[in-house]
Amino acid sequence: MIAAEVPTARRRRSFVTRGVGGFIVRRLLLGLLTLFLVSLVVFAATQALPGDPARAILGRGATPESLTALREQLNLNRSIPYQYTDWLGGLLVGDAGTSLAATRPVTELLGDRLLNSAFLVLCAALVSIPISIAIGAYAALRRDGAFDVSSSLITLVLAALPEFVVGVALIVLLATTVSNLLPAVSSIPPGTAPWADLEGLVLPTLTLVLAVTPYVVRIMRASMIEVLESEYVEMARLKGLPERRVIWRHALPNALGPTFQVIALNLAYLAGGVIIVEFVFNFPGIGGALRDAVSTRDLPVVQAIAMVIAAVYVLTNLAADIATILVTPRLRTRLR
Amino acid sequence: MSADVIDVVAVAPDTPLEARRPLAGQVRGALRLWRTRIGLALVTMLVLVALFGSVVAPHSPTAFVGAPNVAPSATARLGTDALGQDVLSRFLHGGTRILGLGVASTALGLVLGVAVGLIAAYSRNFLDDVLMRVMDVILAFPQIMLALVAIATVGPTAWVVILAVGLTTMPRVARVMRGAAQPIVERDFVAASEALGESRFRIVFAEILPNVTSPLTVEASLRLTYSIALIASLAFLGFTTSANAPDWGLMIQENRIALTVQPWGVVVPAAAIALLTVGTGLIGDGFARAAAGIDRPRGEG
Repeated sequence: MIAAEVPTARRRRSFVTRGVGGFIVRRLLLGLLTLFLVSLVVFAATQALPGDPARAILGRGATPESLTALREQLNLNRSIPYQYTDWLGGLLVGDAGTSLAATRPVTELLGDRLLNSAFLVLCAALVSIPISIAIGAYAALRRDGAFDVSSSLITLVLAALPEFVVGVALIVLLATTVSNLLPAVSSIPPGTAPWADLEGLVLPTLTLVLAVTPYVVRIMRASMIEVLESEYVEMARLKGLPERRVIWRHALPNALGPTFQVIALNLAYLAGGVIIVEFVFNFPGIGGALRDAVSTRDLPVVQAIAMVIAAVYVLTNLAADIATILVTPRLRTRLR
Repeated sequence: MSADVIDVVAVAPDTPLEARRPLAGQVRGALRLWRTRIGLALVTMLVLVALFGSVVAPHSPTAFVGAPNVAPSATARLGTDALGQDVLSRFLHGGTRILGLGVASTALGLVLGVAVGLIAAYSRNFLDDVLMRVMDVILAFPQIMLALVAIATVGPTAWVVILAVGLTTMPRVARVMRGAAQPIVERDFVAASEALGESRFRIVFAEILPNVTSPLTVEASLRLTYSIALIASLAFLGFTTSANAPDWGLMIQENRIALTVQPWGVVVPAAAIALLTVGTGLIGDGFARAAAGIDRPRGEG
């Protein structure tokens, strides 16, 4: 898949080697290379099974027939390069093999769940990003004021807490012991759209928002402070521009650059965070599926979800790099 | 603006003590802050519970002391759990594993990360590129993801958890260390050591390492916080060495079904994990603030 990209790159050398377009192409190739290496790691992990994988999966009491059947199913009697290319080729055309526990195609098992998880992450991102940018920017403008001090302490505490503690605390406070405002579990029946049960979506979303917001608030505050102290902001002020215009036109766009990187890191982090949060709230997504697959050692499912999460991770970071270039006037001119 | 002027004065390079012994100055600076002291108090308290809790526990963590999910009584001061075991005794026994694995995996990640980061920064050639690309591949996974893949393959043994958490901590430490060491590598005293014929090993670990201790302490406390959180999360997902082991993370999972009738089995271990991670987080923040006042002169700002 990397080789396929090379001719395009060669044909448009001038486009590739310089400018914003070239930067995007280079980042894209690097992202593909990373994904390829990630697939090697995920595949190698399954090869790390000590002894006979089929026996390790089925346990001591396995019958010879079931062992042979499983070896056949996992392609274990083929060479390792064959197994790898077979698996990767399958993934690329949307065939992730058969689940060992459910004996159904992995894609069929994960389809609905993938949509549910994506919707959950989207909700969390849509709520947390604007809120945390606003809090961070406001804290920077009122540096060392009461709002700044209290927001920095709260973000410090929230950043240290594991998500499941936050989730359980929310259940205790809002769904069981202290009050009973919201459901403690979110159930989305199979075949139903994830937005059908919005009430059940509140607590998982809130948990993810609380897990991600502190980092974005901090970086936004730091980056806004740096920009506010810069010479071009001072210049804009000395020119006599109204403060509102200085903040919206000169300070904020430049402060968003570094923030995009952290937002992407945290969106990518959300892809991992769903594992815990979905388990806390019994949310039917890929995170919960991964936890179950790990405990039943359903390796095809584990591999497929690992690749999906890694792909989201790599792509969000890619998107962030590109967005940073596009949004930061300084960097855009440097690339030209 | 006036605050910055004071900053610049405080970080002038000829400040005697801090310049000679940055680590001592950083620790002293951190201990002057209330957040560090509160963090230390919390961590000390929970470390004591984890280390000596099993000595003072009234019951065995796996003994049946009454009916399941019963509210606090004279025999079980925090009530019983879903299997009729004493919540207090399980709480007192349950911190050892989290703390032990957390410290071990963080130590592993720090040692490997410091080595990779400093060697990459010092080499300044293809080795730098190779090492950092390998780090990028590990960074392409969420930490918990890699730990789960490892557990799915080998099983939730202590070694797998330490290795998975340690190896995924490594690239994060390596990046920070490389960044911190890059300007140091260019300094004259490194060239002088090279001219004197010191071994590369000595230059990296005896000349460069002492100059990056302050970002290292900040990173160490940050990584300890995340490792503890991650290991507690894995236990919460049910991945502990044995099924009924007393473990704060696992306790929360086991008892959350009975949350409405017997909240103590969930609230007490959850509070313990929260106070522990918030404690290490506060210490880390104290170190970071102290470091910012010592060796991070504000370039042109």
